[in-house]
Amino acid sequence: MSEAVKFHFDVDGSDFSSAGAASVMVKKKLRQLGYPPEVIRKVSIAMYEGEINMVIHANGGTADVEVYDNEIVIILSDKGPGIPNIELAMQEGYSTARDNIRNLGFGAGMGLPNMKKYTDSMEIDTRIGEGTTITMRVSL
Amino acid sequence: MKISEIRDLLDAEVLCGADQLDREVTSACCSDMMSDVLAYVKDQGVLLTGLVNAQVIRTANMMDMHCVVFVRSKNPTEDMIELAEECGITVMSSRLRAYVACGVLWQAGLTSDTEDCDV
Ligand SMILES: Nc1ncnc2c1ncn2[C@@H]1O[C@H](COP(=O)(O)OP(=O)(O)OP(=O)(O)O)[C@@H](O)[C@H]1O
Ligand SMILES: [Mg+2]
Repeated sequence: MSEAVKFHFDVDGSDFSSAGAASVMVKKKLRQLGYPPEVIRKVSIAMYEGEINMVIHANGGTADVEVYDNEIVIILSDKGPGIPNIELAMQEGYSTARDNIRNLGFGAGMGLPNMKKYTDSMEIDTRIGEGTTITMRVSL
Repeated sequence: MKISEIRDLLDAEVLCGADQLDREVTSACCSDMMSDVLAYVKDQGVLLTGLVNAQVIRTANMMDMHCVVFVRSKNPTEDMIELAEECGITVMSSRLRAYVACGVLWQAGLTSDTEDCDV
């Protein structure tokens, strides 16, 4: 087993213009490391959706990507309001985003289902008023 | 279709990535909702949009797209162009409206490849 390659990012919740920048960086790094395009696409779409969610719903947080021999793990952690009803939030089309978010091109209620679709496992650990940690895994 | 043909058909101005005009693309999509692009787009190489922000470029990067066309003469910022250059995405701006731009490209043979993509 070789050492895992790890990336850590602080995701700024106050500046929408930088939302998604960490995912762009991860995509670039994974390309440099030579991973297959399908794997890179899955990891980057899932992470991007989660990163945008942290900015628009949770005032930012942290993103960690850990690359192991057999899988890539993405951990997104925020101190936002938490998700009151995960089952509901996972439904396609469910969104609490307002018009100001929709005007930025997001808030269709597709992100969480998309994250699940593009990863091999997804765990949501959320506490109301404390925050949310989402752990996603993509097998290699 | 080559990216240069898209430029010609849409009478568009190329803002970056002019070195990639010979690249072949086989399908396109059009949306102002990046959420929908992320959820429904499969292998469309071109994104037409009336939305102008950095997330348009980042979304195109996530979806492995090669070309972004801003319709209705919308112009991206310097930062967006720099980001697109880094991502290897050709960016152009056309005075055509979205519906017309899509129609012109579709008629010339650049279709969408999937009925899911909202045009
Ligand atoms: N990190 C988070 N913290 C708090 N609430 C969240 C978080 N992520 C998602 N949610 C809640 O779950 C809902 C559904 O999220 P999802 O990503 O599927 O859709 P969206 O972000 O509203 O729109 P889209 O992803 O299509 O742009 C959100 O509207 C929000 O209420
Ligand atoms: Mg979302």
